[in-house]
Amino acid sequence: MFYIYCPYCKEHREEEEFHAKGQAHIARPADPDACTDEEWGEYLYFRKNPRGLHHEMWVHATGCRKFFNVTRDTQTYEIKEVYKMGERPSIVAQDQNPTAAKQA
Amino acid sequence: MSEVLEPTKNKDALIAVMDQCPAEAVPTESPLYHRKLGTRGAGTGAATVSAGELNLLGHLVIRGNAEEAAFCSGIEAALGVQLPETLKSVEGDDVSMSWIAPDEWLVLCPLAKAFAVEETLRENLNGHYSVVNVSGGQTVVRLSGSNAVNVLKKSSPYDFHDSHFPVGKVVTTAFAKTQAVICRKSADTWDLVIRRSFADYAWRWLEDAASEYGLQVTVE
Amino acid sequence: MATQKNRLKSGGRIDRNKPLTFFFNDQPYQGYEGDTLASALIANGVDVIGRSFKYGRPRGIMTAGADEPNAIMQLGATEATQIPNVRATQQELYAGLHCRPTSGWPSVDFDVMGLIGQFFGRMLPPGFYYKTFMFPESFWELYEKFIRKAAGFGRSPRERDPDIYDHMNQHTDVLVVGAGPAGLSAALSAARAGARVILADENAEFGGSLLSCRETVNGEPAHQWVKQAVEELEQNENVLLLPKSTVNGYHDHNFLTIHQRLADHIADKAPEGKARQRMHRVRAKWVVLATGAHERPLVFGNNDIPGCMLASSVSTYIRQYGVIPGRNLVLMTTNDHAYRTAFDWQDTGRKVIAIVDTRQNPTGPYIDEAKNRGIQVITGSAVIQAEGGKRVDGAMIAPISADGDKVTGEGTVLTCDTIATSGGWSPVVHLSCHTGSRPVWRSDIHGFVPGETVQKQLIAGAISGNYSLSGCLKDGADIGLLAAANAGHSTDGLAVAKLKVDELAEGEAMALYSIPHSKPNSRAPKQFVDYQNDVTAAGIELATREGFESIEHVKRYTAMGFGTDQGKLGNINGMAITAKSLNKTIPQTGTTVFRPNYTPVTFGAIAGRHCRDLFDPKRYTAMHEWHVENGAKFEDVGQWKRPWYYPKPGETMQDALNRECKATRDSVGVLDASTLGKIDIQGKDAREFISRIYTNAWAKLAVGKCRYGLMCGEDGMVFDDGVTSCLGENHFLMTTTSGGAARVLEWLELYHQTEWPELEVYMTSVTDHWATMSIAGPNSRKLLAELTDDIDLDKEAFKFMDWRQGTVAGVPARVFRISFTGELSYEINVPAHFGMHVWKKLFEHGAKYNLTPYGTETMHVLRAEKGFIIVGQDTDGSVHPYDLGMSWCVAETKPYSFVGKRGMKREDCVRVDRKQMVGLKTKDPRKVIPEGSQAVDNPNQPIPMTMLGHVTSSYYSACLGHSIAMGLVRNGLNRMGETVYYPQADGSVIEAEICSPIFLDPKGERQNV
Repeated sequence: MFYIYCPYCKEHREEEEFHAKGQAHIARPADPDACTDEEWGEYLYFRKNPRGLHHEMWVHATGCRKFFNVTRDTQTYEIKEVYKMGERPSIVAQDQNPTAAKQA
Repeated sequence: MSEVLEPTKNKDALIAVMDQCPAEAVPTESPLYHRKLGTRGAGTGAATVSAGELNLLGHLVIRGNAEEAAFCSGIEAALGVQLPETLKSVEGDDVSMSWIAPDEWLVLCPLAKAFAVEETLRENLNGHYSVVNVSGGQTVVRLSGSNAVNVLKKSSPYDFHDSHFPVGKVVTTAFAKTQAVICRKSADTWDLVIRRSFADYAWRWLEDAASEYGLQVTVE
Repeated sequence: MATQKNRLKSGGRIDRNKPLTFFFNDQPYQGYEGDTLASALIANGVDVIGRSFKYGRPRGIMTAGADEPNAIMQLGATEATQIPNVRATQQELYAGLHCRPTSGWPSVDFDVMGLIGQFFGRMLPPGFYYKTFMFPESFWELYEKFIRKAAGFGRSPRERDPDIYDHMNQHTDVLVVGAGPAGLSAALSAARAGARVILADENAEFGGSLLSCRETVNGEPAHQWVKQAVEELEQNENVLLLPKSTVNGYHDHNFLTIHQRLADHIADKAPEGKARQRMHRVRAKWVVLATGAHERPLVFGNNDIPGCMLASSVSTYIRQYGVIPGRNLVLMTTNDHAYRTAFDWQDTGRKVIAIVDTRQNPTGPYIDEAKNRGIQVITGSAVIQAEGGKRVDGAMIAPISADGDKVTGEGTVLTCDTIATSGGWSPVVHLSCHTGSRPVWRSDIHGFVPGETVQKQLIAGAISGNYSLSGCLKDGADIGLLAAANAGHSTDGLAVAKLKVDELAEGEAMALYSIPHSKPNSRAPKQFVDYQNDVTAAGIELATREGFESIEHVKRYTAMGFGTDQGKLGNINGMAITAKSLNKTIPQTGTTVFRPNYTPVTFGAIAGRHCRDLFDPKRYTAMHEWHVENGAKFEDVGQWKRPWYYPKPGETMQDALNRECKATRDSVGVLDASTLGKIDIQGKDAREFISRIYTNAWAKLAVGKCRYGLMCGEDGMVFDDGVTSCLGENHFLMTTTSGGAARVLEWLELYHQTEWPELEVYMTSVTDHWATMSIAGPNSRKLLAELTDDIDLDKEAFKFMDWRQGTVAGVPARVFRISFTGELSYEINVPAHFGMHVWKKLFEHGAKYNLTPYGTETMHVLRAEKGFIIVGQDTDGSVHPYDLGMSWCVAETKPYSFVGKRGMKREDCVRVDRKQMVGLKTKDPRKVIPEGSQAVDNPNQPIPMTMLGHVTSSYYSACLGHSIAMGLVRNGLNRMGETVYYPQADGSVIEAEICSPIFLDPKGERQNV
């Protein structure tokens, strides 16, 4: 059971108030119709499953209903950082290129 | 389509505003009506928890941009209260306003005044905002007594300790397997806003959780 | 009734004025208030309390706590109050307690498995079950039943548990686990710093070792200090004291679960209205683990014969409970600490035959005192095997080498009835392992201590290898202050009070994990390592010989540390034996880690109040009571209770459906449609937003109009549907499926918040606010006309797919002329407070039209007659709008690439031979194809047949006089008129013709009147 800081309610809440929404920073292609099947498939289905730092989207479902991002260590489950939609993570893994990730 | 919007006095005719109070009284059933709380006995003398329904209030959901000065001043002009800060509730004459989310608040007022409050809000607000009457969709359960906090601790994972939950704070959180907007009204008094369809479940849960402390059902 | 032959005349923390009668195997016995079940059994001289798991050997009580491997009981005086797997050492005695061993079927004295074990003992090596009972595989179920019953792990009650269980959520600055010397000190200092503190201990009484130790604190018996400490804590309103409360799990982000036994010490059933047990769900800023250490038994031949016990446990029974488990003691030890047991024993006036010290030349105050007391100390020796059957009657001792590896001389037998052993101490690291931290070996204390962790965790006392009383008291106090400071409390000026403890200095202990025998282990009498799982030293050696080198594999192969035991007693010895037989060191071999729960937790405590009627929320509409009064049968739709059908006396379900359907088609019916999700959407970009979310066009929907909309995921698959109405130019009311309301709102918010924050739109759920009643049938207009005088119902003024605002039965209402039945139909929405009033008014005026309430089943039939889909029934996440023949609902030319558009153009989605939604008309009009039936082209083909798709909806239509069905068929839209076959489980085959799913009124004339 995680204890997650909601950046909108500005305090920690129990995990049961949240829904996990998968990998963060997956932006919808600007022109979906121009995507090849492969590109669309990448957008739709392909996700990282890193051992270590992972950026995830969560929603404070039983609360303020706001979506936000969480940087979490998938080994220790430590939450390193929480940031609002549209913001950039300040903590990233060495092998991750933050500028390559499109902003959601 | 003017006849569609005719019954309203909406100033820009973009929103279908509706006075939802019957012109003449009709039988009215709050979400806990069927529980017939009024017919309960006085409870035991040893009761350390009281609970009852603050039924038939006006409930309005306000959405807007708290960073816009015009929105904030519009709220103040309409309701006579300042827009509450994060996780805070404020009280005015006949109205209370609770923070729900950074762009969402809940206004409670007497049911008969709900439409007047909505109209006043619409007169004072401009730009991108919304006001939605949800009076029929939720109710308030008032929980009080020295063991009220223990009933809450059985029901919700939130921290209700004085140091974390002072009077005037309001949170939307899990309540048993549903959710509630919980506002601390005084040291021993808590108001729970619960959705209509879950009200029966939430009430029965609450009665069960409170039973060991002796529950007194209060009726307005 | 047996006498308490082992009860001491005085001493202990029991109340001799309060005798209690209890029953073991239906035999009455007597104990006292303050006893545990174990101490009371010992007092009565009950030696054999169970049979071992695999070999069926008689077993007695070994320990006095959570580490007990043998005395595992089934409790309960009645069937309904049965509780399995309770450790007798942890169960407080109460009057009328009934217990029996969980093992030893059919009885402890005559044991089937015991016989099997004797005869076939050599045939039961580790991995025996894997090796033997695997073949033939189909027999496993049979084997398993027998093995489980014979082995005995308790059983759950067959009747409903009459007790109440409860949960409580807690938040605290500091949670201290364990209320021994370190835990009490930690709680005291954290509380003094102003922290919110929870102190939990699994025992009935706080104090831990202080309740039975020989030392004094500040010149007084240690329990006096405990009393003062507890009093101080009780007076602090920020401190929550939880005795009888086991911290069972340490989970992520400092979330811990505590199993509190509120009434297990009172009676078989808790007092009326009171919870029996409570699960505390704790979120702690900091955790102090002061869980102490478990004494390690020594592994020697026949070390499981009743009468073999842990040294410290023997002291606990004597000093805390005033019972002594025998007359003549042999103590075997590797350390000074255990000498106290001999002193405690001798102080009762009973005889200590000898202290057998495995060290060659131990010296120091303990040895001196033993000698002063006239106790024989035999050094450089060990008990290599116990003698006896159902009770120890002797100890064979022999000299051993300095490294403890081999026996160096002849064995002699000392007559005794009790062998107490101590191999040193193992810190109780279980909780620290629960979140994945690996313990680390410390050779100076011969034990594992908690390793690195990401949790906000501190350790104090014996768990950190600090075994002296004064050390534990000081360590606890220091760590308590640190925890409070870490949690944000000032500890300035708070000094740790120095306590005066009189204790003797202890010399060095010997690292010894198994006692050698004059024969090799494989031929020596069984030397048990894990008693609960019957794992022996020879078994572990065999496992390593068979090639299991990883400790994790050895564990799984031998079952060491499995189940409710979690390796409390035997794990370290087992790892050391593994290491030795692999010629490795203990740190090289490593350790297995421990999992939650620390000790068994009842299902009642896990469920709490979330059971029976409160298991899951039941959601009701504003008209629910009417449905109940009018005999509705209910169907679960999500958490909603929806009327399913309304049978009249004597009617079958089909009778009721036929009547409801015909009444609606012939005159007028009414459905409570309040459960439909309803979302109010406001803002200048509301229309654009809806256009992007739905697949169809919304640009031209005028105020006052409604439109059906289809929602897809980005994969192009249908995900929800409903009618959305334009209430104002910037104002829409969206409806969703009953089960999909919350999901759809979250979906809308997801797109608004993450993809299109620039769109000015606000969404608010109004599902619960509006009570919705759908009147349908040719007389619905006439009926509505009687209830409204401000809505023009003329068919030209209020057309199909229009909505109007007005008054219905005196209540402000929005009326939507939409139809899910194909009939002339109006959906009336009123604020839910007035729902019941309007509903009843409909029936007042509807009697003359035979207004008939109908439920979801009739709704399903009526819509299926029209070929309308139900998302989630006719679709399953693999169906796109074209598959449904709903291309009319996809506006491909919309400027914005709406959600789902790209997805449904993927190569796989444009295949011509996809499964497509069609109608199905059975050749035999009375046959209703079971939903889920698979279509095939040739029913005589060999199995497995080529399946073409399944039936999604199927009913008997009373109005049409034949059965109707909808289903997916591969390339079905191009196969109209062809026949497909539906083979059934009973061997029959139902033949059906593919047809349009619109069975009734294909031109839609009925709804347009």
